[in-house]
Amino acid sequence: MESRSINQKAVPTSYVRYIDWVSVGIYLLLIVAGVFSVYAASYDFDNASILDFNEFSGKQVRWIFLALGLALMIMLIDRRMYETYAYPIYLAMLAIMIVTIFVAPDIKGSRSWLVFGPISFQPAEFGKFATALALAKLFSGYQFRLNDSHTNYLRALAIIFIPVALILAQRETGSALAYLALFFVLYREGMSGLVLLAAAGAVIIFVVAVKYAEPVFMGMPLGEAVVIMLLGLLLIGMLAVYCRQIAAARNVTLFFAGAALVAWIFHLFGLDIPGRYYLLSLLAAACIYSLLLCLRGESKPLLVSVGAVVAGVIFLYSVNYAFTSVLQPHHQQRIKVTLGLEEDRLGAGYNVNQSKIAIGSGGLTGKGFLNGTQTKLKYVPEQHTDFIYCTIGEEEGFIGSTAVLLLFLALILRILHIAERQPTVFGRVYAYCVASYFIFHLAVNVGMVIGLCPVIGIPLPFFSYGGSSLWSFTILLFILLRIDASRREHLTY
Amino acid sequence: MRKDYRLERRKYVVVGFIVLIVAIYIIRLFSLQVMDDRYKDYADSNAFLKKAIYPSRGIIYDRQGRVVVYNQPAYDVMMIPRDVQPFDTVDFCNTLGLTREQFTRRLADMKDRRLNPGYSSYSPQVFMTHLSAEDYGRLQEKMYRYPGFFIQKRILREYGYKAAANVLGNIREVSQADIDADPYYSSGDYTGDLGVEKSYERYLRGEKGVEILIRDAKGQIQGKFENGARDRGAISGRNLKLSIDIELQQYAESLMVNKIGAVVAIEPATGEILAMVSSPTYDPSLLVGRKRGANYKVLVNDFYKPLFDRALMGAYPPGSTFKPANGLILLQEGIIVPSTAYPCYHGFVSGGLKVGCHGHGSPLPLKPALQTSCNAYFCYGFKAMVDRRSKYGSSADAFEIWKKHLVSLGYGYRLGTDLPGESRGFIPNAKFYNKIYGENRWSANTIISVAIGQGEILATPLQIANLCATIANRGWFITPHVVKEIEDTVIPSDLTERRYPTIDASHFMDVAEGMRMAVTGGTCRLAALPDVEVAGKTGTAQNPHGKDHSAFIGFAPYENPKIAVCAYVENAGFGATYGVPIGSLVMEKYLTGKIAEQRKYLEQRMLESNTIIYSGVKKH
Repeated sequence: MESRSINQKAVPTSYVRYIDWVSVGIYLLLIVAGVFSVYAASYDFDNASILDFNEFSGKQVRWIFLALGLALMIMLIDRRMYETYAYPIYLAMLAIMIVTIFVAPDIKGSRSWLVFGPISFQPAEFGKFATALALAKLFSGYQFRLNDSHTNYLRALAIIFIPVALILAQRETGSALAYLALFFVLYREGMSGLVLLAAAGAVIIFVVAVKYAEPVFMGMPLGEAVVIMLLGLLLIGMLAVYCRQIAAARNVTLFFAGAALVAWIFHLFGLDIPGRYYLLSLLAAACIYSLLLCLRGESKPLLVSVGAVVAGVIFLYSVNYAFTSVLQPHHQQRIKVTLGLEEDRLGAGYNVNQSKIAIGSGGLTGKGFLNGTQTKLKYVPEQHTDFIYCTIGEEEGFIGSTAVLLLFLALILRILHIAERQPTVFGRVYAYCVASYFIFHLAVNVGMVIGLCPVIGIPLPFFSYGGSSLWSFTILLFILLRIDASRREHLTY
Repeated sequence: MRKDYRLERRKYVVVGFIVLIVAIYIIRLFSLQVMDDRYKDYADSNAFLKKAIYPSRGIIYDRQGRVVVYNQPAYDVMMIPRDVQPFDTVDFCNTLGLTREQFTRRLADMKDRRLNPGYSSYSPQVFMTHLSAEDYGRLQEKMYRYPGFFIQKRILREYGYKAAANVLGNIREVSQADIDADPYYSSGDYTGDLGVEKSYERYLRGEKGVEILIRDAKGQIQGKFENGARDRGAISGRNLKLSIDIELQQYAESLMVNKIGAVVAIEPATGEILAMVSSPTYDPSLLVGRKRGANYKVLVNDFYKPLFDRALMGAYPPGSTFKPANGLILLQEGIIVPSTAYPCYHGFVSGGLKVGCHGHGSPLPLKPALQTSCNAYFCYGFKAMVDRRSKYGSSADAFEIWKKHLVSLGYGYRLGTDLPGESRGFIPNAKFYNKIYGENRWSANTIISVAIGQGEILATPLQIANLCATIANRGWFITPHVVKEIEDTVIPSDLTERRYPTIDASHFMDVAEGMRMAVTGGTCRLAALPDVEVAGKTGTAQNPHGKDHSAFIGFAPYENPKIAVCAYVENAGFGATYGVPIGSLVMEKYLTGKIAEQRKYLEQRMLESNTIIYSGVKKH
């Protein structure tokens, strides 16, 4: 056994047969499609060559060759190096990010670019793989379990939030938000699903409360009434599923139904109940009833349920404050545009409106490569970077843009598949980090371009012009592939 | 390594999440790209600036080839609101001679969707119309300073004669309704309003060309789309040659000055209208350019309604000019033969009923009855027909046949002339009387006044003139029309084909002879011309508005007629007083080119007389 192991090390090509060529294939498809998109997005009437180094596409080709070299290098390094040097790499990146805050020039309000002569790069991008390595390293510690102690949580959160804080200090909100995707990893490693539900709930409450602030229902904003009713449903659902108190859930349901009937009868007789007090006191009554159930046995799930509802109510009434006081005006504007509350076609809504026009005008099969008028005539700002997806939508149509989405979906599913076949916690956690970054970038970037998300300036991996993003995702992916290629070594001890 | 299978299942939550997101996005893409066509238009209106190239409108000539309507260029200042960038408004206003307030108000009006329903910040909007050549010159030099503004050359009309406004019509800016009805038009275009400008709009307007320019996000023009391969040149409008003789028209209009009414002259052999006067009329050039709006308001509100074309929209009782038509029907139905004589003791007396008549011999056969315009003759004849139950079964059935003949003579329905707004006049049917009197509760006596063109009968001067042309042709007519030729096109066949009434040609000979006798020795002796044989019939139509209407129909020469005319003057008294002189002067002028010395006094009288002040209708 020993000799075989040594023998394997002596022949570094032995793991080559375990390289996941499916991922490599998808990667190559994506970067090639990416170059053509950048070429199309920056195409001018001068018919420049796709390889012209003065053009964006030419530069992108250069970045790609460098990225491929980088990928090769990564594949040649022993997998244990990544595990061993995870923390040093992480700390080094943090150091670079701190330096960046102070030395980076102001580019469009953000201080996130390090400039070396003609080359500039964004440390926030390279922080991604470093943070992933560090998180994987933390979880791979002996007998480390996330739920074993609060300290473990704090460590994990610290690894995530230190770079987030540094990037926010560079005023690069979009990139900072991308790190929050790592909560998927925490979830996979044991964090309660309630956290994700709470996050989803917060988004729903926010959207409903802000979007439907206008029509009045029972003397209160419709959105507010709907949120209170949803919280009532949440309580019923949690009582039934989470607390397994079917009887209690039924009682609360009947109570609410009766209360609705009373309100309706009052309404028939022309008596309008003050909606806010009525709904809130009903909810409060249901919560008190649930708390009383604590006396009869296991209390924790009940406390969590009531706590969730109370938190929801508090969140509901702080949304307005948060929206107007915490968010900056241009963020408020972007959110209002996304929710369809404001149509600001020349201001905040301009990008999204033009990008929707570009995509929508593509039709089923698109206008054909280089035939996009929105693109050629530069109606969509940032179209070779953050809004590159609309070039695909315009020129390649529904078929092309769906194909790109499906290609990304295939890559993400493949990474998740790879993650679950890892023999080590390190490999698995790292793989989940990679998948999380891809999920976030895909969801947010495409969502923003098609008008389903507020505008958050993050690139579409492998498509958006720029070396930093390309390299960052190449490094992320190929470290994973390198780790994955060695997955058999553990079995041959 | 530890495996926690409960946690491993969480993979599916993550997988489910991303699959859900991608599915939502694909649905969204489908709705944006496949279900919704609007974005294609938005993208096109972004990228392509379609500049219209306006064709010149067709020129209108009269039958002698004289230029009646031609074009003058005008310049509109247009703007595409979303392309406008900050500019020196003070300089802009000075160049255009606007005050700051006018400038702001103009912008506000343009954006007000109630005033300008077609407003869109993406499409060209009219900022200011009809620059003078001088302003145009000054503005053109500075145009580059005002991105988003451009100058659109347009065509305005210029008139060679101050005549025939009712025939020619005019052009106006299209309304939103026009744009909705015909996608050819866009905001700021012109279309015909009234007259041939309206009815021949399709020929006159030509076809707009288009120049497709590529425009980038900054509004800068990047060049021509596909190097102009998709551009289309404008096709000029077709010229029209009217059948109107513009000098005859002018002359007839001068005779009708200070009178209310209409004159229609038709060339019987072709149905071509030689002159068509509606009085009072107006100078067509009042409705051109920037002063159009104000003048239009004045004309619309004028008490005498000059915009109302009496020649073809006015429905009048034809009075005695109707007697030839009645005579034709009686002959055709065999109720009378030319020698049939009816008595007239100062009128028609039947039951307790009396229709008065004037002094002449009695009894009279048909031709002398026409000559003297005997009321009694046509009443007896009408009664003989309508009450002849042995032949027709009932008065109602007899009346229906009588009516059917009238319709075939062009009464009661639109003739189908090539001008818009024609009235159909009114010929009652049996049902109409059944409603008033009850079924079988009426007979000839009940409705006897229709026998002499009174009562319910109404006809337009055009229909009356057409009847005259039919008699002149001895038994057929061609739908009267004002356009003789359309450049490079034939005029529609329904304006060139003969139409035959249900009455035999031989009967027309008798009626024509009666009308000839009326000129040689009857009611319209004043219509006699020195070297031309004229036939005619006067009409004096009672009406509820005051003095009788004075009417005349006539044609000449008697053999091989060249002109048939109807003159109808409202509230002017006997047919012989105004109708006959005006009608015969028009014929004389057309046939001989001058007015004979012995008739100059008539011309003078007509030019100078004013019936408006005697009409009993006061201007309020």
